[in-house]
Amino acid sequence: MSWITNFLTSSLGKKLVMSLTGLFLIIFLVVHLAGNLQLLFDDGGEAFNIYAHMMSTDPLISVVAYGLYFFILLHMVQGILIAIQNRGARKVKYAVGNRKSNTFASRNMMLLGLLIFFFLAVHMGDFWYKMKFTNDLDMVTYAGYDAAVRDLYTRVNAAFQEWWIVLIYIIGLIALALHLWHGFQSAFQTLGLNHKKYTPIIQGLGKIYSIVIPIGFAIIPLYYFFVK
Amino acid sequence: MKLKLKIWRQKNQNSKGKFSNYTVEASPEMSFLEMLDVLNQQLIENKEEPVAFEHDCREGICGTCSMVINGQPHGPMGLTTTCQLHMRHYKDGDTIVIEPFRANSFPVIKDLVVDRASFDRIIEAGGFISVNTGQAPDGNTIPIEQDEAKKSFDAAACIGCGACVAACPNSSAMLFTSAKVAHLGYLPQGQVEQGKRVKRMVVQMDKEGFGNCSNTYACEAECPKGISVANIAKMNRAYFSAVVSTDEK
Ligand code: HEM
Ligand code: SF4
Ligand code: FES
Repeated sequence: MSWITNFLTSSLGKKLVMSLTGLFLIIFLVVHLAGNLQLLFDDGGEAFNIYAHMMSTDPLISVVAYGLYFFILLHMVQGILIAIQNRGARKVKYAVGNRKSNTFASRNMMLLGLLIFFFLAVHMGDFWYKMKFTNDLDMVTYAGYDAAVRDLYTRVNAAFQEWWIVLIYIIGLIALALHLWHGFQSAFQTLGLNHKKYTPIIQGLGKIYSIVIPIGFAIIPLYYFFVK
Repeated sequence: MKLKLKIWRQKNQNSKGKFSNYTVEASPEMSFLEMLDVLNQQLIENKEEPVAFEHDCREGICGTCSMVINGQPHGPMGLTTTCQLHMRHYKDGDTIVIEPFRANSFPVIKDLVVDRASFDRIIEAGGFISVNTGQAPDGNTIPIEQDEAKKSFDAAACIGCGACVAACPNSSAMLFTSAKVAHLGYLPQGQVEQGKRVKRMVVQMDKEGFGNCSNTYACEAECPKGISVANIAKMNRAYFSAVVSTDEK
């Protein structure tokens, strides 16, 4: 094996992949939320539809998007493989468990990740798939924008009138919050960044991030369901 | 005080073990191991097989007294080995479940005794300095910053007990390995071989079948010597840089 495969299959190499893909997803979520908050504008979906059109047609963004799909899959597959290996490292389990010395989130990263994945499948099947691969969405035109764009806004609006879709979103976002409650600071520790000067700051930022970002996402379906 | 004990009994590495129940009369000033001595005396007098458990120094420095007590390696007190745990922390009528450290890489030899030779092999892979660095006067000729010396010493406090592995939900040996890497790596005599050392030790650690670190920090919480997970971050840094800077594959 070459030094690269040796590295990528070592325990620390595998964790570096988890950390870097996780951090990429953390940055992505900020951008994704900023774009989606346009759904709260009272403009009949104009800003959001034009933004969604740009996101799905701009070649540069397409490259980043394919990187994103790859990184999510890599993070997921690697995470599941690591978790299976970790479980297998103790064939005979303890009779008395120990819940005191670590957190629920840190012990259940795979379960939380799978909940996020289940949510992602519903989410992307409903919006991304319909937008990119079907003609289910009507075309609309806006003054001042030359191309006709797909009316994703109307689909979002319809989806968020269904209580069960809203519920899946809330469950997915709670899982995301818990995943990041542990994951955010964990990613930095894995990179080797731990010092008494800045680790408390990273931990604090991680807690803020893992609460504020999921709440930001949750506001959208809740607003459409209860207010609109 | 009267205690109910539920202890893992296993004849040898290949046999299937099970829990057996005992009662023992202990007093508050006894250490946990002395309480087990009383039990064993009782078993010997009844012509039964005494419970095998490891112990040597009984003063918290050798790291042999491994067992999991009610779900916690070395019992409920922080920064305390089993031999330093006292029965005054229990009360009359308590039930105590005692199991061996559990990890594939720590196979049970008998009852509560596990084989921790996997740790020895990690040390053999690189946890040393290849040349004789001399006596204390030679050491004192090399200026070392007080805070660096202190970090090295804190890491050197690791007694190789294995509680970190036993506590970790993934049976990861990262805290132990990183303590050994940091102990030598903070000192100039150790820095020369640091790249090769960390690579070889991590390779051996993986080979032994320990799990991967998920940063749950259960190791730090249960370590009787207060080894910090900052050492794990230091080892990760050293490893990543060694991968691209040493000539070894
Ligand atoms: C698609 C479903 C997902 C699965 C199955 C999944 C699974 C996992 C697992 C098992 C771990 C623990 C790895 C370990 O500690 O050894 C982990 C860590 C992590 N995840 Fe996820 N995850 C998913 C989605 C996400 C998302 C959407 C994000 C970010 C927005 C994310 C961010 C992180 C971070 C930052 C870590 C910490 C990395 C580290 O400890 O170095 N994950 N994930
Ligand atoms: S790091 Fe702590 S728990 Fe692990 S072997 Fe060393 S002293 Fe024991
Ligand atoms: S017997 Fe030596 S540390 Fe407990």
